[in-house]
Amino acid sequence: MSWALQDPESFRDTLRSWLHTHCPPAMRDGLNTEATICWGGKNWQFTSEDQKLWMQNAADVGLTTPRWPAAYGGAGLSREQEKIYLEELARINARMPLLSFGIWMLGPALLAFGSEAQKQKYLPQIIRGERRWCQGYSEPGAGSDLANVQTKAEDMGDHYLINGQKIWTSYADKADWIFALVRTDRDAPKHKGISFILIDMESEGVSTRPIPLISGASAFCETFFDNVKVPKENVVGEVNKGWDIAKYLLTHEREMISGNNQGLTSGRPLGAVLAQTAGQERLSDASLRAAAMECEIDALSVGLTLERYKDQAEAGAGVGDASAMLKYMGTELNKQRYELMMSAGGSEALDTDGAHGDLAMDWLRSKANSIEGGTSEVMLGIISRRILGLPG
Amino acid sequence: MVKLILSEEETMLAESARGFLDADAPVSKLRALRDEGRTHDPALWVQMAAMGWCGVLVPEDNGGVDMGHAAAGVIAHELGKTLAVSPFLSTAVMAATALKQVDSAASAERLSAIAEGRLTYALALDETSKFAPENSRLACEKSGNGFVLNGQKCFVVDGGFADRVLVLARSGEGPEDLTLFDLPADHAGITRNDQAMIDSRNAARLEFDNVEATGDDIIGAAGDAMRVLRPALQAGQAALSAEMTGLAASAADMTVGYLKERQQFGRPIGSFQALQHRAAHLWCEMEVTGSAILHAGRMLDSDPDNAAMAVSLAKARAIKTAKLAVIEAVQMHGGIGMTDAFDMGFFMKRARVASEWLGDYGYHAEQVAAARGF
Repeated sequence: MSWALQDPESFRDTLRSWLHTHCPPAMRDGLNTEATICWGGKNWQFTSEDQKLWMQNAADVGLTTPRWPAAYGGAGLSREQEKIYLEELARINARMPLLSFGIWMLGPALLAFGSEAQKQKYLPQIIRGERRWCQGYSEPGAGSDLANVQTKAEDMGDHYLINGQKIWTSYADKADWIFALVRTDRDAPKHKGISFILIDMESEGVSTRPIPLISGASAFCETFFDNVKVPKENVVGEVNKGWDIAKYLLTHEREMISGNNQGLTSGRPLGAVLAQTAGQERLSDASLRAAAMECEIDALSVGLTLERYKDQAEAGAGVGDASAMLKYMGTELNKQRYELMMSAGGSEALDTDGAHGDLAMDWLRSKANSIEGGTSEVMLGIISRRILGLPG
Repeated sequence: MVKLILSEEETMLAESARGFLDADAPVSKLRALRDEGRTHDPALWVQMAAMGWCGVLVPEDNGGVDMGHAAAGVIAHELGKTLAVSPFLSTAVMAATALKQVDSAASAERLSAIAEGRLTYALALDETSKFAPENSRLACEKSGNGFVLNGQKCFVVDGGFADRVLVLARSGEGPEDLTLFDLPADHAGITRNDQAMIDSRNAARLEFDNVEATGDDIIGAAGDAMRVLRPALQAGQAALSAEMTGLAASAADMTVGYLKERQQFGRPIGSFQALQHRAAHLWCEMEVTGSAILHAGRMLDSDPDNAAMAVSLAKARAIKTAKLAVIEAVQMHGGIGMTDAFDMGFFMKRARVASEWLGDYGYHAEQVAAARGF
C-alpha cells in the first residue's frame, strides 16, 4: 500500500478504515508503557497473538516507522500525515505497534550518515521488528562527560578489535545488536578520536550484566567487550567522526524522551488520570488539583513547542541545541506528573499488588528520565553556553 | 493544521516594529512620561496609526490592513520589549474585535476611525479587584425607550483618556443577562478618576450616575453582551500575553548581558554555574511560552470558536514566565536592579499589572482545567 500520494483528508479516511480492520481491539487499550509495548527482536516473546498481529500488520505497510522512506519499507509519510496517523491512533486509543532504539535512534543515524549498503541491511530489519538494538554510549568514566569514552577499537587490518566496558546500556541483555561509541584514535583530542560502530551482540567476547534498579526492574546493563572482532564495514560515517553522529543522535534522543515518554497519560488530560487514580469523579484535593493544572498547562505548552520545532525543521531551520530544552522541560514534567499520580493514589499506590499495579515502579523509573540521555544539569549547561553564550 | 512559525510577512512586521520602537519608543520614553506625570502619548499613537498598526484587525473595507491576531501578537510582543505606552490593546485589538462582531453603519464608521488613529477606546469591565466580567453588577434599567446606567467600574485600562468606553452592564439576574454599551467617555453622568497605577500607565475608576443610553448605544443586542465581548476579550488576552513575552524577553536579554559584563571575584558572574543554570531555565520557560503565544494567535485566526483554551494557555504561561523573568532579572542584577535609575523596575511593574489585567493565573488555569475536564 502506498500512503505517500494521498491528500490529508483521503489519507485520514483510508487510514481509519485500515485501522478498523488491522488494529486488533485488544491493542486499543492505550497502554504505551515499557512493559506493554512490543520492542521486537530475534528473541522477542509476544505477550499475545494480538500484539504480534498488530506489529506485523503495521510493519507490512511501513507504519512501524511512519516517516521512513518507502524504499526501505517505511510508510514514507509527510509530517502532516504522520500527525494524522498519531491522531488516529490516539482516537481509538491504540498502542504504538512497535517501539525500539532502532526506530528512535539508529534508524535516524543511518538515514543521515549511513552508507546505502548499511541502510539496506539494517533498516528493513528494524521496520519489521526483527532486530532489537541497544545503545552503547556511557562508560563508568564517561557519563555526563561522554566524549571521554575509553572503549578502544584497534585497527587490525581487516577488522577492529574492541576492548572495554559500557554502562547504562538499556536492554543490552535483550538486544541483538549494539551501536557504540569507541575510541579509534587515542592521540587525537577527545572529541576527534571517536567512531560510531555497529556490533553484533552474539560476537565472541561480548557479555552483559543487568543492573537492578530502585524500581525493581533491570532495564540498564553493563556490557563488556573482551577482544571482540568487528568487520570494518560496520563503522557508520567516517572513522574518527563518530562524535558528530553521537551529537546528532543525542539531539534526536532528547526530542524523543521529551515527546514520547508520557507513559500512562499519553494524550489523556492529567485531571482525568489523577481523578481515576484517586478513585474520584473529579479531583477534590485543592492543592493536588492546583498542581495538576499547572503541570497540564506546562505539558500542553511543551507539546506545542515540539510542534513548533517540527514546523521549523520542515521550513529548513534546524532545532539544534534547543533540543536540550525539550529534554530538560519534558523529563522534569514527566517526573512531576508521576509525583502527582503517586499523590493521587495515596497508600493504595504504595502496594505493588494493589489497585494501581505498576504505578510505583513507573514513578521510580521516571527518576531516570532527567539523567539518561544527558542530565538536566548538562542540558542547562548546553543552553547557557551554546544558546546564551555565557562564558564556560 | 496551524503552522507555528512566523510567515515572511509577520517576520517583516516584527522587524519594522522593532526598528521603529527602538528609535521612537524606547524605555526612556516611558520614564520621561512618568516623570512628567503623563500616562498617554498621543503623538506615538499617531505614528502607530501611520504604520498601519491601529488597523491591524480592521477589515480592508474599513481602511484597515486586516493582518489577523497572530500579527497583532507580533506587534504586541515588540511593544512589550520597549514597554511602549499606547492604547493598542484596548483600542486596536479589543474594541476593534468587538466592533467587528456587529454589522452596522456606526460600527463600520468607528472601525475606520480606529484604523486611522482618530478614535480610542477603553473597556469598562472590572468592578472588584479580580477579573470576573460575568459577575458585573453595574445596573442598566429600562427607562422609557432607553436605559439608565448606575454603578462603578475600576481598572478601566486607558479609561482616563479614551474617547469612548465599552461598558458591561447587568440587565437581569440570569448569568448571561449582560449588555454591552458603547458610549462616549464624556457622556453626561460618567465621572472618570485616574488610578495611580504602578506601571505608570493609564487606568481609571469610572462612576455611572444615572447615565442615559439608548438602544443605539448597545453593541450587539440587549442581554447578549458575551457574544460580542468574548471574542474581544480573547483577542486582548492573546495580545497581552504576547506583550508579556516581549517584556520577559527584554528583561532576560538585559540580564544575560549583565551576566557577561559584571565582574566579581575576578571573573564575569555569568561564569558561575549557579547563575548559568537559572538563566538557562528562564530561557527554557520563555521558549515554551512563545509556542503557546503563537498558537493562540493562530487559533484565533483559523478557528476562533474553539480558541478559548489556547488563549488561556497563552495567558497562564505568559504570566508565569514574565513573573519569573523579572524576579530573576532583579535578583541577578543585584542592588542595581532595585534602583529607579535602572530600567528593570519598569519591567517588573508592568509584568505585575499585565498579569492581573484580563484575568490572572488562577482565572486562566481554571479555564484550561475546565476545557480539559478537570
